[in-house]
Amino acid sequence: MQVQSYFSSLDSLDGELATLNLGPTHPATHGIFQNVLKMDGERIVSAEPTIGYIHRAFEKLAEHKPYNQVTPITDRLNYCSSPINNMGWHMTVEKLIGCELPKRAQYMRVIIMELSRIADHLVCNMVIGVDTGALTGFTYMFQERERIYDLFEEVCGSRLTTNIGRIGGLERDFSPRFHSLLKEFLKGFPARFEEFGGMLERNRIFMDRCIGAGPIAGDRAIAYGFTGPNLRAAGVDYDVRVMSPYSSYEDFDFIIPVGTQGDTYDRFMVRQEEIRQSLRIIHQAYDNLPQGDYHADVPDFYLPEKPDVYTKMEALIYHFKVVMAEVPVPVGEVYHSVEGGNGELGFYLVSDGGRQPYRLHFRRPCFIFYQAYPEMIKGSMLSDAILTMSSMNVIAGELDA
Amino acid sequence: MDSEQILAQLTEKMPGVVHSSEIARDGMLNIHTSREQIIGLLQLLRDDAYFGFNFLTSLCAIHYPENSGQELGVIYHLHNWQQNVRIRVKIFFPIDDPHVPTATVLWPTANWMERQEYDFFGVIFTGHPDLRRILNVDDMEVFPLRKEYRIEDGTRTDKDDRFFGRDGHVGQSFD
Repeated sequence: MQVQSYFSSLDSLDGELATLNLGPTHPATHGIFQNVLKMDGERIVSAEPTIGYIHRAFEKLAEHKPYNQVTPITDRLNYCSSPINNMGWHMTVEKLIGCELPKRAQYMRVIIMELSRIADHLVCNMVIGVDTGALTGFTYMFQERERIYDLFEEVCGSRLTTNIGRIGGLERDFSPRFHSLLKEFLKGFPARFEEFGGMLERNRIFMDRCIGAGPIAGDRAIAYGFTGPNLRAAGVDYDVRVMSPYSSYEDFDFIIPVGTQGDTYDRFMVRQEEIRQSLRIIHQAYDNLPQGDYHADVPDFYLPEKPDVYTKMEALIYHFKVVMAEVPVPVGEVYHSVEGGNGELGFYLVSDGGRQPYRLHFRRPCFIFYQAYPEMIKGSMLSDAILTMSSMNVIAGELDA
Repeated sequence: MDSEQILAQLTEKMPGVVHSSEIARDGMLNIHTSREQIIGLLQLLRDDAYFGFNFLTSLCAIHYPENSGQELGVIYHLHNWQQNVRIRVKIFFPIDDPHVPTATVLWPTANWMERQEYDFFGVIFTGHPDLRRILNVDDMEVFPLRKEYRIEDGTRTDKDDRFFGRDGHVGQSFD
């Protein structure tokens, strides 16, 4: 008796390829991405990504906003690590106006940026766990992210879209509660994080699932413009914090972890190790937090103390000028980049002396490396494609700007 | 490898390619060239052992409506990872003839970068394998980042740019 397999006939439609629409609102894509896949059975023959579902015209908006009002736009790029975007933008403007920050402000920024890197990498690695079937780690580590958000809330009042800091420094000094929360976090987090790592890092099922899924070679990754953990997983030790140090990163001792295969497992492990290195940086910055001011002396951009605004004429004038952006801005162009959660986040700012940027271009790492996705999943199983996407940490906000 | 050495080497290896150059406010060397020579220059900068600008950091377009005959521009940011040197290459061309040879022949990463600039500025990258809109809807008919498109109601008078450090030409010359 001839047995007709149900799956073989349905999957390949009598030898033809099947078209599968993955997304744009598929729960496994973790965002609004669409991929039209050509499937041969369960294997992917080709993929055609469509992006732009949450495009909000940030570059156009930025041309119509004074410099300080551009900061909330940057929140919404990679919203898993908004403070890095905020501060990257602040540093870009500081580069344009030639403003040097006191060491304390720089160290405070480093602490906040590394906290957000931990939050960003945690979310990515938790989700890799979820996509391989390990939900427990996700529910467990989400509490850690909430603790980090508590810290952000203490600094700036909000949690996700932070608008943290100002051009010229931070808006306020760390509060006593921030200090106690940070100490608590630094004390408790490593043990809980190692529990999470212990659950997955050498887990046979997890390793079998991740090793070899969605690999990319180092030279290919460079050609595709990869930066950040995805590039380092492919074995290239490029890190903006080391290459073009900003905000006093040259003061800190940390290593750049690299992988070898550029696959999902290496991306996971690179992020795991980067979390540990970020903790090291926070320890160094916090233990050596210099005395001094938390902002630079740039009255043209940094708002005066509120009580002074009500009592002193000069402060009132400056307050008005800052809010109305009636301040002289140098003419010129600057490029500044920071190591975002996903790689080199660049800001190319062209100023014509007006109160808004003449042109502001964001180099968004997600947008740039996501175009390699079809190549990375070609020939792999559909389930590996899902895993590859979550391990690349494509954030829709940064992808679509 | 400093800016003067780069310029001297470029003059030697590709005479006439550098139309002008300056040091930007962030200390980066800016090189202006023409669209006819851009791919040759980028290839030299990438492949020549002396230059070694292996990484295309970013590619973006810009619009200066008042620069007659040179309204649109494309700006390439290159990065040499060995010696950690960055360089900026610029080309300008008329808006009526917005054709630029594609850089996808050198870097696959230029693919989406060029699609994005086509989408927003209407720069047509000749030879691009798949030049379609990427972030905006497919049937959009304008190139929204060009300066003639304002984000706010053009009849508003309370936000006159003349009072805020600009001549007032931005966004108004096409009205």
